[in-house]
Amino acid sequence: MSCACEIDMSLAGGVLDSMEEKRRGEGRSVTTQDLIPLLQEVQAAYGYLPPPVLVWISEQTGIPTSRMYGVITFYSQFYLEPHGRHTIRCCQGTACHVKGSKRIGEAIKQELDIEEGGTTDDMRYTFEAVACLGTCFLAPVIMIDNDYYGQLTSNKIPAILASYD
Amino acid sequence: MAHAKLTCPDDLAAFRGQAREVLNAYRARVLVCMTGCRARGAVALGQAFRAKLAGAGLDQEVAVVDVGCHGQCSRAPLVLIEPDEFLYGNVEPEDVDEIIEETLRNGRPVERLCASENGKVAAKRDDVAFYKHQSHQVLRHCGRIDPRRIEDTVAQGGYEAVAKALCSMTPEEVIDEVREAGLRGRGGAGFPTGIKWGFCRKAPGNEKYLICNADEGDPGAFMDRALLEGTPHQVLEGMIIAAYAIGAGRGFIYVRAEYPIAVEHIGIAIEQARACGLLGEDILGSDFCFDVEVRMGAGAFVCGEETALIASLEGERGMPRPRPPFPANEGFLGKPTNINNVETFANVPIIIAEGKERYGALGTEGSKGTKIFALAGRVKDTGLVEVPMGATFREIVFDVGGGIPDGREFKAAQTGGPSGGCVPAEFLDLPIDYDSVQKVGAIMGSGGLVVMDDRTCMVDMARFFLEFTQDESCGKCVPCRVGTRHMVDTLTRICAGEGKPGDTDELERLATVVKTGSLCGLGQTAPNPVLTTIRYFRDEYEAHVNEKRCPAGVCKNLITYSISEETCKGCRLCKKACKVDAITGEKKQVHVIDTPKCIRCGLCMDVCPFKSVLVS
Repeated sequence: MSCACEIDMSLAGGVLDSMEEKRRGEGRSVTTQDLIPLLQEVQAAYGYLPPPVLVWISEQTGIPTSRMYGVITFYSQFYLEPHGRHTIRCCQGTACHVKGSKRIGEAIKQELDIEEGGTTDDMRYTFEAVACLGTCFLAPVIMIDNDYYGQLTSNKIPAILASYD
Repeated sequence: MAHAKLTCPDDLAAFRGQAREVLNAYRARVLVCMTGCRARGAVALGQAFRAKLAGAGLDQEVAVVDVGCHGQCSRAPLVLIEPDEFLYGNVEPEDVDEIIEETLRNGRPVERLCASENGKVAAKRDDVAFYKHQSHQVLRHCGRIDPRRIEDTVAQGGYEAVAKALCSMTPEEVIDEVREAGLRGRGGAGFPTGIKWGFCRKAPGNEKYLICNADEGDPGAFMDRALLEGTPHQVLEGMIIAAYAIGAGRGFIYVRAEYPIAVEHIGIAIEQARACGLLGEDILGSDFCFDVEVRMGAGAFVCGEETALIASLEGERGMPRPRPPFPANEGFLGKPTNINNVETFANVPIIIAEGKERYGALGTEGSKGTKIFALAGRVKDTGLVEVPMGATFREIVFDVGGGIPDGREFKAAQTGGPSGGCVPAEFLDLPIDYDSVQKVGAIMGSGGLVVMDDRTCMVDMARFFLEFTQDESCGKCVPCRVGTRHMVDTLTRICAGEGKPGDTDELERLATVVKTGSLCGLGQTAPNPVLTTIRYFRDEYEAHVNEKRCPAGVCKNLITYSISEETCKGCRLCKKACKVDAITGEKKQVHVIDTPKCIRCGLCMDVCPFKSVLVS
């Protein structure tokens, strides 16, 4: 985990300022009601949720860090550790399952030598299994960042993974 | 592309006139799906059309339009040409020259890009079997308009229902119309929408909220995604009418973050509607005020449950609470709140614009209108399907979907996602509506329909769904938290070949406990996949438990891989692919799998060009 001195707090400041301005337009201040959009924007700015930033936001808004921790650990899209440069999302939806998504996941794990939820040592890839990407006609499907790869077979995986740096 | 504020219905009519004129200036339109088809290269295709039409000097007479889903996703990327109605599938940028020359200059179809059945080419969209058996009502504009341009929606009559409701009907009349039309919630539970609105209307208090549930979490479902991406203004229109009916001033669209295009399109739609005065203060000159905010989900399936969704909007962990009080009385911030699903809202403008009689002409006695299904799995044509309520599984899977590929047998259809059940072949002729599907132990659900063939293991399917619900259980109530865990453990044991006699009965007993004892819909429906697979496929459970055999050849511990001596060419691809060196054999000699070493990952099967790797 990074130490506070390396983290640029101005990113969080920007996020908080714009949210405060939006809420002022509605005649109220930022409260726990805004916690989820706030965390989403902080994560978009930093790539993850650095704990020192959360402490700082807590001080600014009065939202307790315990409350933040509860929310962060409940929802699967929040993470407290940095992610790899690219995120692989392997769809585990019903259609993908029926069409053999398990083998695709196995191939990715073997190729990168990581487990589900893990990040490669070189910070190149984070591998996540997700419930459904809603692109069932492409089953079995994975997404790398915002690119879809559909109708996969496990032998196509190494070439796809090699195409990202 | 903001338009000046519309201050009365006449302004809207004038805007529609202008928008139609712009559309009519083109003699032909090339409609390229720029949503789902993006995954198969639609962006490059759209660019190719634009560049080449300009090069051919046709860009002033032929428009290229980025549209939403055409439906037949298995042929992505799809292009529809108006006015000829030729539908082209699997189109590559290299095909564009030929389409311009043949179709756009000479009006002839490019037959090799058309669907064909039994050697007969079906060039026009409505002649393609996939569309012939459908009835596009809610989806009528999806794939015909640019979802990022409000002009396109207005040209097709968009927001006329809003004008009619706000300027010529009382809220009570709107509620009565929707109730008498027979619209039921499309999210799965099927509660009559008009009655739900009535509850919220009558709830005391001036501050009320409206929520659009776009947290489409069921694996295998993408109806709401397609609607938000392809026709977002229709959803907004339904929301404005609903807000007027219940008296809400503020609304939310709670949409999954996994749907980036849907988030983008609905966001653009809201901004445009605001600029046109269709959201905000005094909409269309009435004294009704309403505005909408998009909130993204953060990845929790349980948030599709209405009380959990509200908790999430309030910045809490998405945990359901007991009802009553229902959200209609105590919802967001404790205020009266009405929640409907995306597809439900998309139905509303049609009812208001065309009247309850016309709407109710489609469907069955208890379930009116149409239903959109996301057809996926082991079926030839996958995609988005809209049929009248009461269509049979056979019509959807065989007439629309073209049946099962590779000459395999239909085994079951899974409806309703993890809350639903597996409907076996004996019910292929069952008319699908809310009530009939429930009678056979499944639910119609929100519209996910996953087809399974004889290569699908039903025990493994049950385990798959239970693993999902177990993982997504919020942990608040014991029957769901602990019960689903026990069920997963038992199912995992059975799939691993370690099942004990009596396991199946124990599963059934536990399922009943979880179903009756859980707090919310997630737990109450989680056992459905287990109960239906036991009910219709008990022999498969018995084969796993008693004979340690997986009839479908899926469960890893119960299968062995081997290589056919007759067809193996000794190409060595499998040997190279095997990560555990379990395959031996010389070049051009038959290869052999060392069973004790084999980890049954199936990589060899995927790489074999001769289909020589067998499972038994």
